[in-house]
Amino acid sequence: MSKKEDFVKFDKVDKSYDGKVLVVKDLNLNIEEGEFVTMLGPSGSGKTTCLMMLAGFETPTNGEIYLDKNPISNIPPHKRGIGMVFQNYALFPHMTVFENLAFPLRVRKISKDDIDKKVEKALSMVSLSGFGNRMPGQLSGGQQQRVAVARALVFDPAVVLMDEPLGALDKNLRESMQYEIKHIHESIGVTVVYVTHDQGEALTMSNRIAVFNDGKVQQLSSPDKLYEEPVNSFVAEFIGENNTFVGEISDISNGSCKVKLDQGEIIANPISVKSVGEKTTVSIRPERALINPKDKMDNNQKGKIEEVIYHGDHTRVRLNLLGNSEFILKVPNSSPNLDIKLGNEINIGWNSHDARALDPK
Amino acid sequence: MSSENNKILTTDGIPLEESLKVAEKKNKIKAFLLVAPLLLFLLITYIIPIGGMFSRSIDDKLTTNMLPKTYKAMEKWDGKNLPSEEVFEAFYLDYRILVKNKTVGKLQTQLNLEKNGFKSALKKLARKQKKFKEGNYKEQIMNSHKRFKNVEYWRAIKRRAPPITYSKYLKAMDMYLNEDNKIVQVEEDRRMHRILWLRTLEIAFFVTLFCFIMAYPIAHLLATIPMKYSNLLLICVLLPFWTSLLVRTASWMILLQQQGLLNDFFVWIGLFTNENRPQMMYNKTGTYVAMTQILLPFMVLPLYSVMKTISPSLMRAGKSLGATPTVAFFKVYFPLTIPGIGAGCLLVFILAIGYYITPELVGGASGKLISNQIAYHMKSSLDWSFASAMGLMLLTGVLAIYWLYNKLVGVDNIKLG
Repeated sequence: MSKKEDFVKFDKVDKSYDGKVLVVKDLNLNIEEGEFVTMLGPSGSGKTTCLMMLAGFETPTNGEIYLDKNPISNIPPHKRGIGMVFQNYALFPHMTVFENLAFPLRVRKISKDDIDKKVEKALSMVSLSGFGNRMPGQLSGGQQQRVAVARALVFDPAVVLMDEPLGALDKNLRESMQYEIKHIHESIGVTVVYVTHDQGEALTMSNRIAVFNDGKVQQLSSPDKLYEEPVNSFVAEFIGENNTFVGEISDISNGSCKVKLDQGEIIANPISVKSVGEKTTVSIRPERALINPKDKMDNNQKGKIEEVIYHGDHTRVRLNLLGNSEFILKVPNSSPNLDIKLGNEINIGWNSHDARALDPK
Repeated sequence: MSSENNKILTTDGIPLEESLKVAEKKNKIKAFLLVAPLLLFLLITYIIPIGGMFSRSIDDKLTTNMLPKTYKAMEKWDGKNLPSEEVFEAFYLDYRILVKNKTVGKLQTQLNLEKNGFKSALKKLARKQKKFKEGNYKEQIMNSHKRFKNVEYWRAIKRRAPPITYSKYLKAMDMYLNEDNKIVQVEEDRRMHRILWLRTLEIAFFVTLFCFIMAYPIAHLLATIPMKYSNLLLICVLLPFWTSLLVRTASWMILLQQQGLLNDFFVWIGLFTNENRPQMMYNKTGTYVAMTQILLPFMVLPLYSVMKTISPSLMRAGKSLGATPTVAFFKVYFPLTIPGIGAGCLLVFILAIGYYITPELVGGASGKLISNQIAYHMKSSLDWSFASAMGLMLLTGVLAIYWLYNKLVGVDNIKLG
């Protein structure tokens, strides 16, 4: 099966609710068939609005959305054939689990035998066989969630939308459900558009992540790229932990630049800066900075330990480094004793490639 | 409160139940004292009056007490032919005492209720008995008025012998016990109570239906529009609640009467000519219109409170799963509002079935309900036992509806808010 590249396409989509503020600005997004794309962003960033426009519950103020090359703005939700998993599951409380799953099949006038088969298959897919006669109220949150997923998939939709479906679950359940949804996606190859504000969820499950802020997609790329190579300081800040230095470019050449800080100077990788004198925020992931590095690194600084917090598998060390007293290091607890004690001065090194000079905040 | 018979022991070996009782005793006493005023209030204003109503509605001791000797003598009488001299003598003796005590009027009224024409016969007897000689009372009484020669009148007295009667209940159903102690119906042209009962049910049913048809969209609107508008709209719905019932009914009179605003408007737009103004008041139409408007909030509020709890994502889920808006509404939304519909309909129906002021003012003759008849017997005819009987029948009817509702829908499904 050849995969269609522009299976879902947002083309210059704007959305405003009140005619004054644009909730979504000039959104262009292509989703490949069978892909798992997550829209990630803080609340109010427009991600849910995008999902609702795709589902048909909101109309774009401008632009068009294409599903398999067909414009869908004028198609009502029930004719789009898009499955949806809602934040609060939206199971029909007056129907049994079986009836909930049979609902999309019954409205499509599918024969009774086929309905039985399909519902049974969908239930076993979410390992809930034998729960057909229960009412949703008799199920735990995790089970309700699975029913909601099964119901969105039972009528073989081309696209499934998920609107923060794991938000109401506790941490352990959420993690196991993440894997479960990921596996279901991999096994049936349906296109999934997933909305969340939980970056861990997004990184775990997605093929690609679209980071939303202020109605715009800030970056659309694979999880590893997003984490390792954020293109602006919002993405760097939003995804994972991040140490920042604010400064001014004093020299730029050959894919590296010097950034002058209030105290001292560091070498960084120019991403969104082009000329000397520009203001910049330099972003370094905590695990990229090492204590007493063995290999030669082009940034070497001395910092004073201000706080040590034990985290089980690693220890977090807060340093005062070059005037930044919020500099965080993550030291694996399996690493040799590095004499991490409060008040000690230690050597910190990192490669300039990992210090990304981004736009100023 | 619970009466579970577990034999679990506490750590000290005392049965758990006992230990719990001791521990909870103080709280229970406190709780009881807190509700005691309410219980007392209910007892005085509700239980006792209902008991009183019931005993009054079946009480028939009045005649029994006024004619003690007669009823004793009548025990042996078979009721076929005229009673023996013994009965006549006893009746004369009882009657003489009543005349002396000047309580004879009550007996005359009571027996006249039982059989028409008794009053005049008894009045004549009261005059003539003063000259009665001792002995052979049968002849003397029979000679005082020709009706005493008729065995029917003596049977009528005998029928009043038992101290309790259900004749008031029969009367409310347009039936009575005839001379042979059989339940028969009154003549067709005098069956007014049955018409009233049926009309009460009919009006209550249609008022409930109209309220439902109008309240459902309003409640839905209230539950879905943004808060700032819904508050305003809710006040509009509740405004009638804060206005006196009498004022609201009176304003309907202004609107609906033949020279009223609505009729003026109809004439103005040319719907009717000035001579043919439709009668919209003092008939069923008036009762329907005014009662529907007055009872509307009782339907809106339970519906609104239920609809507010229905997540909008359910309808969206229905649509996203492929149901047209209509199908999604009837398969998803409507079934979820049934608890509110049940509560609203039950509330409106029960209120409507006992409605009094509005039909009294705008109903006219054809828009009157059974409660107006009850009021008539309370205030005008002073037949309190009959009014009590009808009141209890109404109460029983309401309880029956409640029971039926519980069977069909389940009372625990009711949601009032």
